[in-house]
Amino acid sequence: MKYFARKFGFFVATLWAVVTLNFFIPRLQPGDPAEIMVKRLAGKDAALDQAQVEAMRAMLGAPTGSLWEQYVNYLNELVHGNFGLSYTYYPFPVTAVIGQAFWWTIVLVTIVQVLSFVGGVVLGAYAAWRRNTRFDSVVTLGSTFLGTINPFALSLLVLYVFGYTLGWFPTSGGYEEATPGWNWAFIQEAVSHAFLPALALLIVTPIGWILGMRNTMVLNLGEDYIRLAKAKGLPDRSVALKYAARNALLPSVTGFALALGGVLGGAILVETVFDYPGLGRLMGEAVTQKDYPLLQALMLMSAVGVLVANLAADLLYGVLDPRARRAEG
Amino acid sequence: MNANITPVPTPGGDFMAQGEPGQELAVEQVSDAETPDQWWQVIWSAKKARVGIIILAVYVLVAIFAPIIAPHDPNDGSFEPLAGASSANWLGTTTTGQDIASQLIYGTRISLLVGLFGGLFATVIATVIGLISGYAEGSILDDGLSFVTNVFLVIPVFPLIITLVAYSEVRGLWLIVGVVSITSWAGAARAKRAQIITLRNRDFVTAAKFSGEGSWRIIFREIMPNMSSLVLASFVGAATGAIAAEASLAALGLGDSQSVSWGTMLYQSNAQGAIAQGLWLWVAAPALALAILTTASIFINFGVDLLSNPHLREDA
Repeated sequence: MKYFARKFGFFVATLWAVVTLNFFIPRLQPGDPAEIMVKRLAGKDAALDQAQVEAMRAMLGAPTGSLWEQYVNYLNELVHGNFGLSYTYYPFPVTAVIGQAFWWTIVLVTIVQVLSFVGGVVLGAYAAWRRNTRFDSVVTLGSTFLGTINPFALSLLVLYVFGYTLGWFPTSGGYEEATPGWNWAFIQEAVSHAFLPALALLIVTPIGWILGMRNTMVLNLGEDYIRLAKAKGLPDRSVALKYAARNALLPSVTGFALALGGVLGGAILVETVFDYPGLGRLMGEAVTQKDYPLLQALMLMSAVGVLVANLAADLLYGVLDPRARRAEG
Repeated sequence: MNANITPVPTPGGDFMAQGEPGQELAVEQVSDAETPDQWWQVIWSAKKARVGIIILAVYVLVAIFAPIIAPHDPNDGSFEPLAGASSANWLGTTTTGQDIASQLIYGTRISLLVGLFGGLFATVIATVIGLISGYAEGSILDDGLSFVTNVFLVIPVFPLIITLVAYSEVRGLWLIVGVVSITSWAGAARAKRAQIITLRNRDFVTAAKFSGEGSWRIIFREIMPNMSSLVLASFVGAATGAIAAEASLAALGLGDSQSVSWGTMLYQSNAQGAIAQGLWLWVAAPALALAILTTASIFINFGVDLLSNPHLREDA
């Protein structure tokens, strides 16, 4: 129990740190982002919702009030889910803009994360089992090289080959004419539009899993219990799967959340190239347009997303590996 | 090594360094019976590391002699636009008539500069925080530093980097170097903390303590030289991460608009619709240059790992 309490405590403390960091980032810069934003919006439309202006000030730094008052104000707005108005999508509040893009990225990233985890772990395990063979070096070197390709450039090249030259998939956007919702026409369009962004991410992301799994499993294969299993006359397949791979899988579980951060970073680049209507493209847009309220909210969201995934991985690890519970309990 | 900023390291680069096994292993003591190899001999003994060093050397030479090697001025837009590869323009020209090959050659300078300084600063931060925290293991100081390290470890690096860059009015190389260094030190700091914990109770440290040396001196003059391979490995990793981050930032249009880098090439090619017009070389050239450089530094780190882990040497 103590293990779980500790992990939960770390989660709460980190959450606080991230929220506080998010408070200070806009205030580190000289000048007053909030004032600039409010002025920009005022130029667009004279009638500003005063409550939304207050929310924006709380997020980005109010010209009045002590830092502490600003901080309390910021937390208050945060708890009420009030992030101010988006500049680019004025007059929509940030939360509405994010709500539109949310599921696109969640579905894309989840599929990529699961596929690259499963594929990476299987390839890594097999490479370890057949270590120092041609298969091993092709997988290790191949994934190392592919993993170093810049996701932005890779997306453009994938687009060139499958979108323009072969013409197999649509080249941009998330759907064509169908009405978004649970209808067959829309799902079909969404899948075909998601295919290339997912492919681009899938080429770069499995490297961590492959190398991590391979290295852990190679270490495990030298252990006595593997020798014993072989000496008992167990078939190779059970030694590989039930003994070595099963134990080597554990460290990969803790890496899950950290890898998610990498996938989110990659999604910014990939979605920008494919003009995919998700959070990544939104963040790229928020940066270039200096849409600070939107940017702050997205930054906070991605950090909280990784934190939650990290907590889930830690808790799962505690369930899977009794040693972890005992060591810290 | 941060593969992408996404380090991914990436951007794409980042998760390799953090989860790398072997780095947290204690430094094995070299047996006294035989003369130990010099550190460069150990690194050179690994085939992969040799390949990596040679590739890196080529890049360094290209960067230094860029004005001699490049056939044209990278900003000269006087060529026929959209031309394919030819003897005058080895990789063709851009939509605005610049020579792609010359841009590629000059771009080497930016990447190597960002890698050198980004790697250096990130390594200094990681070393100071990791060593102090590990030396003071169990104290409040350690708890505080470890907490900060863990926070930076879980915050997604690339979103944090672009948020910081977005608030800056000036978009320059040093901004990128600074932002990348303060966001990507955490994995290396944790590895160093783990290693100094295994070293700080050794006899030579106790001897230094009894002779009245201060903690600062013990950490950085007595202990740190014993973990130089880890410091070197984390430098190579951080440099790789910084190069990848610069490319991704510039590709999004957040780079230094004054200079030609591989990232700004990607940004321009995307903004001008290079792919739709079939100009794939404009994208593939900087992408390949980046990937080969990153792979080379990963290879170099294979050799550096041999320094701290002699068990690996027999396989190499």
